[in-house]
Amino acid sequence: MTNALRFDPIRLPEACQDLRQEVRAFLAEEMARGTFGPGKETSPEEALEFSRRVGARGWIGMTWPKQYGGQELSFLERYVVTEEMRIANAPVRPFFAADRQSGPTIIRYGSEALKQAILPRIVKGEASFCIGMSEANSGSDLFAAQARARRDGDGWRLNGAKIWTSNAHLNDFMIGLFRTSPATTQNRRHGLTSFVIDLKTPGIDIKPIGMMSGTREFNEVVFNDVFVPGDNLLGEIDGAWKQATSELAYERSGPERFLETYDALRDLVALAGPEPDTRMAEGIGRLVAQLHTLRRMSVSVAGMLENGVEPVVEAAIVKDLGTVWEQALPHRVRTLAALHDDEGDGGFEERLNQQMRIAPKLTIQGGTTEILRGIIARGLGLR
Amino acid sequence: MDNSELVAQTASRIFRDHADAQEIILSGNEDWRVALWSAIEGAALPAAFLTEEQGGFGETRAEVYAAGFAVLREAGRSALAVPLAETMLAVWLLAQAGMEAPGGAMSVAPADPRDRIRFREDGSLEGRARRVPFGMAVDRIAVLASRAGQRIVALVDPKDCTERVGRSLALDPTPTLTFDGVQPIAQAPLPDDFDPQDLMQMGVAARAALISGALETVLDLSVRYATERVAFGRPIGKFQAVQHMLARLGGETAAAVSAACSAADALATGQPAEALLLEVAAAKIRCGEAAETGTLIAHQVHGAIGISDEHVLHRYTLRALAWREDFGGESHWALALGRAVCASGTDALWPLLASR
Ligand SMILES: Cc1cc2nc3c(=O)[nH]c(=O)nc-3n(C[C@H](O)[C@H](O)[C@H](O)COP(=O)(O)OP(=O)(O)OC[C@H]3O[C@@H](n4cnc5c(N)ncnc54)[C@H](O)[C@@H]3O)c2cc1C
Repeated sequence: MTNALRFDPIRLPEACQDLRQEVRAFLAEEMARGTFGPGKETSPEEALEFSRRVGARGWIGMTWPKQYGGQELSFLERYVVTEEMRIANAPVRPFFAADRQSGPTIIRYGSEALKQAILPRIVKGEASFCIGMSEANSGSDLFAAQARARRDGDGWRLNGAKIWTSNAHLNDFMIGLFRTSPATTQNRRHGLTSFVIDLKTPGIDIKPIGMMSGTREFNEVVFNDVFVPGDNLLGEIDGAWKQATSELAYERSGPERFLETYDALRDLVALAGPEPDTRMAEGIGRLVAQLHTLRRMSVSVAGMLENGVEPVVEAAIVKDLGTVWEQALPHRVRTLAALHDDEGDGGFEERLNQQMRIAPKLTIQGGTTEILRGIIARGLGLR
Repeated sequence: MDNSELVAQTASRIFRDHADAQEIILSGNEDWRVALWSAIEGAALPAAFLTEEQGGFGETRAEVYAAGFAVLREAGRSALAVPLAETMLAVWLLAQAGMEAPGGAMSVAPADPRDRIRFREDGSLEGRARRVPFGMAVDRIAVLASRAGQRIVALVDPKDCTERVGRSLALDPTPTLTFDGVQPIAQAPLPDDFDPQDLMQMGVAARAALISGALETVLDLSVRYATERVAFGRPIGKFQAVQHMLARLGGETAAAVSAACSAADALATGQPAEALLLEVAAAKIRCGEAAETGTLIAHQVHGAIGISDEHVLHRYTLRALAWREDFGGESHWALALGRAVCASGTDALWPLLASR
């Protein structure tokens, strides 16, 4: 087989299931003390407090080296923590990006000084990150980025703007992609460099952008002669393109890539009650079967990461299938609920509408469906 | 290399040597079946699901199930059109009742979860089984029957049954067999903890392994064709529309492989009833969906040549689709899973998923 796809039936080890119980107990306590829960708007301050308590449990940066505050636990253990937080709708915003992406990037490409300064703070839940890649004229085509960085003594000066930056208004740092040289005719990906930027540096202006769902998440981040110390450089000058691929496997295959609209299914099963009619039961059975398969694929990718494999194509497959599924889910739920003749708890339709307002973004953020299919096609040897 | 990989390699070699899809099509006759079956029996593949204790090869159930399902994935990769899966299931069913397999090709009944076969007072059988794969084309059928609440395995000669001819989508025989008045050649009771669902679940997992293997070959053929076929001055695989179709086929294949392997693994290791229902139903449903989406994409990529009877593609696509039907269709299993999920309530759903 030239295209043998590896999706081994990895099971979470027993230790993971113990950890799961601990996480569930912790989250139940947090709900009991009012940190989050149905109908509760968690404030940024409460979210930050929550993130410190998660950090105190050792659940941020769990796979990282001990010398930077990590625990050197497995990707499967991290997986369990991530999925339990997601299913509970815990307010993970302050630490999620740092735990998943920014921390691992710093570990791999950061200077020693930067690692020592930042990683222990992330682990404590005290340093949060956003991702500054997209610009007004550079989305899928990251290599069209125009925001610039020029040398200034030991450091750099940044100018330009990033857009669609999730949670920049709440975060402490950004990992941003900036142009340090023009692209060359041989390599249009050349000339971009990554930096860790402290968002409190003078010259940074963070402006909110509204979303169709009413969620406060998007920002435009404008840089006006912003100074970044030399130690905050990540990896090679002009060579950021070489660094992009490996982290994407973490970013693309996690439980957050198919569980974002899970509440719609939760609501549907509640609405159906213990003795659903045939149509409802069959519909629920199919959705559960699809979800189970996605999760098994995602766990399998986590297992490959744990075994030191870089499952770039498999991860892209999980994200493609997962986001398309979670996007369709509220609409499937709507169809199945349509013939159900009972009032329900009244909030069903309202919650479902909100899921349908959120759904369109799911196949855009973090790499569109089309970009993912391009990656899969390359993996199949077609590009 | 562990036992399952070794057995799978042996199977793969036999199928490559004796069940090459192109040679089968070009031969224009059925003679290939004889050499293929004797190689299969020579390698004792029908006993792949048995432990040493039961007359097979591996030490533990986990080991032999892994080997057995790996053989079936290989069989799927070759679109195998002889009753190997059926014989493996029959041998397995006989072994559950402590019976030795008689040798030769076999099938199992019932192969539809709605069908029941009973013993009459006089010791003969009664009932019918729909869609018995390779029904009249095998030497023996292992029948799961009941007598006053006791489950019994009965060994039957298909020539004693009444047949209503049936053919699958891939034109393999799937007759309806009526067992009224048929005297079993041999019989033995099953242990009390044997659930008739066990046979259906093994059957579903077997079919899922076959479908996933067939889709792997379908993906392979399609990618290869896309790099070779030239249109508008370049290989069609350079067109983004074609690339995206193949990426979807890759995703569907991956989902089928994943669901099939997961269900096989769950049966191998033995799991609580609700977990097995989830795993097996998911394999049935997801492999069925992947077969539909995946085979249509493969044909679209191949254009007219994939439609021709001399091309190998249809041997894989039609079997991947046909294998969906056996041991209960997707709707049957979706209904069973949906009812179980609802009966347990919405708060039990996530813990069930997370337990896998
Ligand atoms: C909710 C949300 C949160 C986000 N958060 C962040 C963030 O925190 N940080 C950040 O940097 N960015 C963020 N983004 C931006 C996101 O990464 C981009 O939206 C995404 O990469 C697509 O870029 P674009 O919007 O410019 O669309 P475009 O790239 O302009 O694409 C438009 C359409 O064209 C298609 N297309 C583009 N190129 C190709 C091609 N080569 N082949 C086929 N089709 C193509 C796309 O698939 C899409 O359908 C976020 C986006 C969303 C929706």
